[in-house]
Amino acid sequence: MKPAPSIVFFTVASGAGYGLLFWLGLLRPTGLLPQAPAFALTCLGLSLLLITAGLLASTFHLGNPQRAWRALSQWRSSWLSREGVAALLTYLPALCFGFALVSGASGLAVAAGLLAALGAAVTVWCTGMIYASLKPIAQWHHPILAPGYLLLGAYSGMALLAAVSAIGGVVGGPASFIVTLGLAGLVLKLAYWQIVDRLGPAASLASATGLEALGRVRPLDPPATETSWLMREMGFRVARKHAAVLRRICLLLGFVLPMLLSLFAGQFGGGLAVLALLLAALTVLAGILVERWLLFAEATHTAALYYHG
Amino acid sequence: MTCLPDRPPGAPALGLVIDLDTCVGCQACATSCKQWNASGHSGPLPDLHPYSAGAEGVWFNRVHSFEAGEGAAGRTVHFPRSCLHCETPDCVTVCPTGASYKRAEDGIVLVNHDACIGCGLCAWACPYGAREMDEVAGVMKKCTLCVDRIYNETIPEALRQPACVLACPTKARHFGDLADPQSAVSQLVADRGGQALMPDLGYRPVNRYLPPRQRQAESQPIEDQPTPLDIKNPLLRWMGRVLTR
Repeated sequence: MKPAPSIVFFTVASGAGYGLLFWLGLLRPTGLLPQAPAFALTCLGLSLLLITAGLLASTFHLGNPQRAWRALSQWRSSWLSREGVAALLTYLPALCFGFALVSGASGLAVAAGLLAALGAAVTVWCTGMIYASLKPIAQWHHPILAPGYLLLGAYSGMALLAAVSAIGGVVGGPASFIVTLGLAGLVLKLAYWQIVDRLGPAASLASATGLEALGRVRPLDPPATETSWLMREMGFRVARKHAAVLRRICLLLGFVLPMLLSLFAGQFGGGLAVLALLLAALTVLAGILVERWLLFAEATHTAALYYHG
Repeated sequence: MTCLPDRPPGAPALGLVIDLDTCVGCQACATSCKQWNASGHSGPLPDLHPYSAGAEGVWFNRVHSFEAGEGAAGRTVHFPRSCLHCETPDCVTVCPTGASYKRAEDGIVLVNHDACIGCGLCAWACPYGAREMDEVAGVMKKCTLCVDRIYNETIPEALRQPACVLACPTKARHFGDLADPQSAVSQLVADRGGQALMPDLGYRPVNRYLPPRQRQAESQPIEDQPTPLDIKNPLLRWMGRVLTR
């Protein structure tokens, strides 16, 4: 599948934004985070910035972005519509949270923060289910896919939270959370790649043509000598030969390096910890960008069987 | 609405039956489809760089050629590919806007181009690659089963069939109601063992493909004339050589 830059950016940016919103709403009442309103407002602002930038980027993928409002109507059947509804609804408690922080209404801040955390989790779940529900794409139509979106969103959100909270003077807790979530993410990605490497395509060319009785079927002549939208969209094969290298880059940048930096920050604290956690947040985002790009590039669609066999 | 409609009992399921035994891969169905659908319900259909390198456009019907089987039993099969108007199509249910829909009255799957946002998710959800993005208009387009022909009372009744069916010179394409077991197309499917494509994915396609007939084991091609060595009489062999000089 073609890794459209707008969608790759959207899922990474809004995933991290919702992850940050989730942890902020959930952890602030526990006292593990700096309690100054300025800290929560900075995190909230950053999360809404990432979410909004991602949502705007996703509309660049549309042929008619001015009609995007119509996508809110089919939540009964469509995960994409549910995602849109959940994304917009999450703005309400998030903005309420911000209002409560500014006006000092601490009870409202806790309630709105928790509601925003719930909305964030639901939205990212819907994003994952858009892909997990597509039967023609074997690498996506798997129970591990949507939990993966949730976990990596939570992980990248925690990396951002740790960086901001280090600036606010709290290092230990968030830094150790990065290590825990990073380990979980690492295991998840290794398991995912193990699964998809063993997975056959969702169908064969023989069953795609109804010619199973004749034996093996292979392509002879394509319908056109030139390419088409279908081929660009579903027949994407550019990255396959680099996949192994890109997977290693993803593991290193996205997981190993930030976990080491977090351990370092937790050990030493101070100004160096701020620097280390800022760097960790950036490498997590870079690693997840590679991960998301690969998630598309390595996915195969049954329609490509008709062309590539 | 992109929820699938409750189809009334006995409602027809209009579709195509395509005979892979007689299809010669001439592309007449593809070009007549393009000609008809470039106007009407789906028009205009884009054709980018039509007279230079990189020519491409939207086609609702594309004819592939495959090799099937091995050795002497192997054969070339021409394979027209278009929307199968599935009974449970995910391309409809994934649509976030309600632009993609299945008609309750005859089962045809259509796109309302005025409501489509061009997200492309329906094309991802279709295992058959039947939907193509019109990148000029920014909306998804697909086979309409010539909905603007088959009910069109301004054309003679005999011509109220999909353009591809009318154009086929070998009569490899048949149009009809596949929900009615007595219909001509259903009889054809029953007689020839018509196949549904990728049935395991659960889309319940309506269109059927008739597999190529079994070759008769002992049949010799008529071109297989005796060679001079097959002629036992030396006089006749010599005459044959002289006369073919």
